[in-house]
Amino acid sequence: MTWEWSVIWQYLPRLMEGAWLTLELVLISGLIGIALAIPLSLMRASSQFWLKALPFTYIYFFRGTPLLVQIFLVYYGASQFEFVRESILWPILKQPYWCAIIAFSLNTAAYSAELFRSAIQAIPVGEIEAAEAMGMSKPVQVRRIILPRAFGIALPAYGNEVILMLKGSALASTITLLDLTGMARTIIARTYTPLEMFLAAGLVYLAISALIIGLFRFMEYRFNRYQYYHHTDTPKGLDAQLRDPHIDQ
Amino acid sequence: MMTIRKLFATVALVAGSLMAAQAATAEDKIRIATEGAYSPFNMVDSNGELIGFDVEIAQALCAQMQADCDIVAQDWDGIIPGLRARKYDAIIASMSITEERLRVVDFSDKYYSNVLAFVTPEGSSIEVTKVGLQGKTVGAQRATIAGQYLEDNLGDVVDVKLYDTQDNAYLDLASGRLDALLSDKFPAYDWLRSDEGNGFHFQGDDIDINDEIGIAVRKGDALKDKFSAAIKAIVADGTYAKINEKYFPFSIY
Repeated sequence: MTWEWSVIWQYLPRLMEGAWLTLELVLISGLIGIALAIPLSLMRASSQFWLKALPFTYIYFFRGTPLLVQIFLVYYGASQFEFVRESILWPILKQPYWCAIIAFSLNTAAYSAELFRSAIQAIPVGEIEAAEAMGMSKPVQVRRIILPRAFGIALPAYGNEVILMLKGSALASTITLLDLTGMARTIIARTYTPLEMFLAAGLVYLAISALIIGLFRFMEYRFNRYQYYHHTDTPKGLDAQLRDPHIDQ
Repeated sequence: MMTIRKLFATVALVAGSLMAAQAATAEDKIRIATEGAYSPFNMVDSNGELIGFDVEIAQALCAQMQADCDIVAQDWDGIIPGLRARKYDAIIASMSITEERLRVVDFSDKYYSNVLAFVTPEGSSIEVTKVGLQGKTVGAQRATIAGQYLEDNLGDVVDVKLYDTQDNAYLDLASGRLDALLSDKFPAYDWLRSDEGNGFHFQGDDIDINDEIGIAVRKGDALKDKFSAAIKAIVADGTYAKINEKYFPFSIY
């Protein structure tokens, strides 16, 4: 078996097109996923049975079935029904692009809701008590205390979820989308150089992961900055009587 | 004591001969890959067994060569890499002999000839020409002659959608996502006769691209000539015609 570097260079622009679509899918479905996950997690953290039951069923279904099955159900499954094809939603469901976004969003929303739910429950009770003592109403508590605190707590785990979603997005290639994996497979169908093309695609995935990891590091550092210890030098020129001769030396 | 020693000796002897027997079969056995999603050439029946024209031809060829064969299913777009990685020794999966493929594998002589044809919903007014297809969505299976033909000849005017299996392409034709499907003619002929294919038909003329279907083997493998000789033999003795008849009322050789 011969190794052909030239194939990688030749097809790099097309791979990049695919990488762009992958990024788009992850970003859009990530945002929709968060928007869905927040209300779901608040319902899930509630103490009322009927409020908890709906998100529980939803999360159970989407965590309990493979993403591939979910994509196929949305793309090939829904289109089997006449009433779906005649509904006003068909112009959207007709396109593989939106089917992928729907499946990814619903999937990531389920996982994120579970993450946010555990983060909400991990907020120290003292902080909620303090909010109550200040006379905050429940909605104000949610807005000012619960969501911002849960966001900080959930961040590291959520970064993980985004990276998992990046890799899950490869399944978009099964519904004719030319994302990074789809593009690589289409190129391989012509060149028969699977090792070279998959290596190149793998490296692009690594680069995107690095980007996501960096972004989340930065956000963690910003939003959880009170958790980091910063050594500060003892200010010089303080009142001589306040200075500790042991430290100054 | 004697008996125990005898027992060990017997066990060793039996184990030894078993291993020798296994080594012998592994050497003689020809492992053949097919796809299993390309009706009526290769598909999986309700018992999970591989059946179809390709499978029957493979069995007839093995009988002709008096070889022990093992037929396995393998996804289409990994089928050539799998051959090169020695997961099996031959591909009998309706594979067209193309220049690109000849760079990486060898082919036996043809065992049937293929033409391409467009499939559209009945009553569709699409003309299957470059002008008529302008702006339409046309599907084909990924890594096939049809897919390549679409990309090369119509890629600039139509929206090309590539599917992992032919079955998925049919599903999207039926749902209306595709305006037309470009396919090998014979499997489409079979599909059009089925319930699912009701309401669809061939549109326009066949596209003869001088496409011959052969058996792929690794470069330089002596199996290539053995298969070619066996194909000649089953065509000559009528076995081929008998199998052909079961699937199509016309000769596809």
